[in-house]
Amino acid sequence: MRQKIAPYLLILPGGLWLLCFLVVPLVFMASVSTQEGDVVNGFVQTFHLANFGNALGEYKTQFLRSAGYGLAGTALTILLAYPVAYWIAFKAGARKSTYLLLVLLPFFVSFVLRTVSWKFLLADDGILLQPLKDVGLLPADFHVLQTTVAVIGGLTYNYLPFMVLPIYVALERVDPRVVEAAQDLYATRRDSFLRIVLPLSLPGVFAGVLMTFVPMTADYVNASILGGPANTMIGNIIQTEYLVNNDYPAGAALSFILMAAMLIGIFAYAKALGTENVLEAAAR
Amino acid sequence: MSGSLSPALPAEARQAPVGAPRRPRARWGDRLLYGYTWLVLLWLFAPIAVMIAFGFNDTKSKSNVSWQGFTFKWWGRLGDYPDLTTAVTNSISIALLATLVTTVLGTLMGIALGRYRFRGQGPTNLVMFAAISSPELVMGASLLSLFISLGVQTGYTTIVLAHVLFSVSFVAVTVRARVVGLDASVEEAARDLGASTWITFWRVTFPMILPGVVSGALLAFALSIDDFVITQFTSGATITFPLWIYGAVRIGVPPQVNILGTLIFAVGVVIAVINTVTSRRRT
Repeated sequence: MRQKIAPYLLILPGGLWLLCFLVVPLVFMASVSTQEGDVVNGFVQTFHLANFGNALGEYKTQFLRSAGYGLAGTALTILLAYPVAYWIAFKAGARKSTYLLLVLLPFFVSFVLRTVSWKFLLADDGILLQPLKDVGLLPADFHVLQTTVAVIGGLTYNYLPFMVLPIYVALERVDPRVVEAAQDLYATRRDSFLRIVLPLSLPGVFAGVLMTFVPMTADYVNASILGGPANTMIGNIIQTEYLVNNDYPAGAALSFILMAAMLIGIFAYAKALGTENVLEAAAR
Repeated sequence: MSGSLSPALPAEARQAPVGAPRRPRARWGDRLLYGYTWLVLLWLFAPIAVMIAFGFNDTKSKSNVSWQGFTFKWWGRLGDYPDLTTAVTNSISIALLATLVTTVLGTLMGIALGRYRFRGQGPTNLVMFAAISSPELVMGASLLSLFISLGVQTGYTTIVLAHVLFSVSFVAVTVRARVVGLDASVEEAARDLGASTWITFWRVTFPMILPGVVSGALLAFALSIDDFVITQFTSGATITFPLWIYGAVRIGVPPQVNILGTLIFAVGVVIAVINTVTSRRRT
């Protein structure tokens, strides 16, 4: 008998915490998203579904821009992370854990401070651009900040380790004997990579895509610090609606649309790749 | 050291005869890969180097972006902004408190999930997966919706509560991995020798899962002290270190922030290195 209740007693405090502060808030957000009113006179539940239509209509650009930035950033992290993960997994030898630590080093600096440092680095009169302007290599009004490049660059920078790690784990699991067998059968290096190593490492890439695309698309810190008015992402809008305009119904409706779009995206992605692949990747 | 060397050796030893005829080309490719890796690493370090360097910048203006000369003076003036000091102490005390609660809750969950098969395990895993993978923005927005609807004043307490929420699953997963790897016969032996369940847990089980608990706690602390998005939604009038920096961006971030960031960075790196070295020694 004791054995039977034990797991429930152990799971109860943490489970209740997750239930009360992760699941229940979603119900409240759903309720807020169909309310009407303002912060002075209070909000009333009127099941005003038009909030969703209005939110989508007004901020379609920002939704599409966020998806675009998320896709571009994810593609860039794959290009940057794959060779690095490959090198660490197959060539770093005894220094593997040192290199992994180096990849994780940025995480020891606060996310906001990292992004602010890029702002220092890329400033119009900063240490990178000013010397180039002084010697005439760049026009005086050249700038990187407040551009799409800066925002996507910042996103790529901040989420790169989330792509390196899952790809590394997948590559690490590749049995060297399989590669050896391919080479014994006269496969070229290129063929043994393209037909053996790459397919075996794809679950890692899939996991990395999930771990980078979702937070990148919902990010607002990079757009707010490195971007300009033309780079506003949907996260900036939601943050402003909640914390500046106090228009909670609009913010809640936008959050729901974002969440729904992401869930649909994740399911479509899982379907396209085969559920097993994604589940296996997610299980890590 | 030798432990991590040996698995790499056979692979290379095997590859050597196969690759022997095309050795020059393979080396060239490896060198390219090595260079690429270091370019990416340098890119990763660039803003960290800038952060550290500009803590020593003898800047005169509010915007600390151009190099004006080397100085130690900001180290003596760390306390120039009282609200920055408050923000840093808030960040540290919130992280300690959240870590304490998270570690207890997460460890219990990890033991339950790693040790027992029970009804409701599937949904628990699903909710934990959701907590790990859902965007912070949505978690923050829904928490604020909850607090507004119930008329709860956001502040210090709600920040701690939110930090426990987003880190508890990480601790549970870390501890579960450790529990799954346990040898059950050791506990059986303790019980056979007459130890009670309580004694068995504290003297046998807990010491064995302790490394998992410690790394879970370190992770929870790191997640908490670094968090920005959920904190911004649940902070009310309370300010933490990341929130202070974000607020200062428009008017100019003072060198004190760089120094504090450097100190936190240094502590983190030292702990990580100790952790790597001791775990290497253990295996």
